[in-house]
Amino acid sequence: MLELRSITAGHGRGTPAVRDVSLTLEPGTSTGLLGPSGCGKSTLARVAALLHRPDRGTLVLDGTPVTRWRHRAPREQRTAVGVVFQQPRLAADPRLPLHDLIAEPLRACGRRPEVRTRVPELAGRVGLGADLLGRRPHEVSDGQLQRACLARALVLRPRWLVCDEMTAMLDASTAAALVGVVEEYRADTGAGLLAVGHDPVLLERWCDRTVHWSELAGRTP
Amino acid sequence: MTTGPRTPGPRTPGTQPPGTQAAARPVLRVHGLSVRFALRGGRYVEAVIDAGFELAAGECLVLVGESGCGKSVLASALLGLLPGNAQTAGTALLDDGLDLLAADERTLARTVRGRRIGLVPQSPAAHLTPVRTVRSQLEEAVRELTGAPRAGRRAAAEAAAARAAFPTGHLDRHPHELSGGLAQRAATALALVGDAPLLLADEPTTGLDRDLVHRTADELRAHTRDGRSLLMITHDLAAAARIADTVAVMYAGRIVELAPAARFFGAPGPRHPYARGLLAALPEREFTPLPGNPPALSALPPGCAFAARCPAAGPACAERPAFTGGLACHHPAVPEPARA
Repeated sequence: MLELRSITAGHGRGTPAVRDVSLTLEPGTSTGLLGPSGCGKSTLARVAALLHRPDRGTLVLDGTPVTRWRHRAPREQRTAVGVVFQQPRLAADPRLPLHDLIAEPLRACGRRPEVRTRVPELAGRVGLGADLLGRRPHEVSDGQLQRACLARALVLRPRWLVCDEMTAMLDASTAAALVGVVEEYRADTGAGLLAVGHDPVLLERWCDRTVHWSELAGRTP
Repeated sequence: MTTGPRTPGPRTPGTQPPGTQAAARPVLRVHGLSVRFALRGGRYVEAVIDAGFELAAGECLVLVGESGCGKSVLASALLGLLPGNAQTAGTALLDDGLDLLAADERTLARTVRGRRIGLVPQSPAAHLTPVRTVRSQLEEAVRELTGAPRAGRRAAAEAAAARAAFPTGHLDRHPHELSGGLAQRAATALALVGDAPLLLADEPTTGLDRDLVHRTADELRAHTRDGRSLLMITHDLAAAARIADTVAVMYAGRIVELAPAARFFGAPGPRHPYARGLLAALPEREFTPLPGNPPALSALPPGCAFAARCPAAGPACAERPAFTGGLACHHPAVPEPARA
């Protein structure tokens, strides 16, 4: 279970972007979170991915409350959640060839020996050929870079996936392909999914259930 | 017809002002447009190859294709905004015969940009000057484009804002104080100041949420009612379906299909297998992706660029299909008979 309990989170002074929001994800299920731009859904997604410390409220990850965030989070919790962001350009180190981009989480966790098998396997899964793996981000299209970012999110075999507007910048075919990869991975591993977006047609097609942002605020789980 | 100040720019006699007789003469005729970028070592990236289309007064043409297919380069070529290593071929004629590809920078800067072609940018937040209010930016555009005297600028700026449905009460705000939708309207208002007969919108809806995409597309479309033409570039098929009269599909630098929107999005659907694949990938349709990746523009195959991903590919596809009758394909999907 991934439980967001009465989360209030924001950026500095002023009105918090997220106020008293609760959401529970069951293992193995997919939840679509719909909302207009600027409503705070991306902030909530960052909390769920341990990337943003909430001002109030608790995140319980598979039974353990999260007390430390970002790089301070214990590795076991941090690697349980894979994240894909909206803009691959902003989420990729421009110096790394796609191969190293995908391998980076393995290196950071001291699992270098797995790089040789895991990276080609994932590259095949997301549809990146060997020639593309040697290129740096500026040499590939947005769609190809997002494919690499999805492979990076899956490389540690997370139990949870958070996809924040993963397909908003992509053409229809690449979007369908990446959703297919996520679903294939979930079918293999039983991972749970939080997909954040603003396209009801997409999320209703993709997810087991969709919730609208307006239904979440001020409810206790 | 049109409201607001008229362009005092050099409009040759016999040229029709926008909105007099729709579809009498194309506002823009693009023929054989090619753009390539020279790289070190004598290599080239072919970004646009032999593109051709016409745009009538009051018409909305939407150019769709995935990222990196060359569609934004095409837009930059029409505005003369390509980088120095770009080489162009072909013609892009405005209604009075001015060739946008051959015109010098002085002509483009003084008579074309803003005056005859208004650009609605991809990211309004990046397009607007962050340290000045919307009013100040609109008044500057009025001064530059129409030469209106100081006294008339304020009213002209407010008129342009009104045409873009930008609320007058927000004119004294800075860009960061605007929502995404209002920033988009401010950028559109800037594009409308010069009363250009052709609006060029490059991915105007990227990153906006669905409701805002619909509203932005509808608002752009509304500007064609008084005779303006709209060339919209997008990867968002839903936005294209909403407002297009004509759809041009671009793949690997080439326009592979040019079709009326009703036929393209309705029955019998597109004829090019790539276009059919794109539509089938929509979540409201089959939601199945095309296999593989598009080829790199620096290493295009000699034959049909789509053949490697095409379910119908055959030996004939080793040769490049010519673009005839609105299609470049050796094996067009047989149109299903329209069901009544």
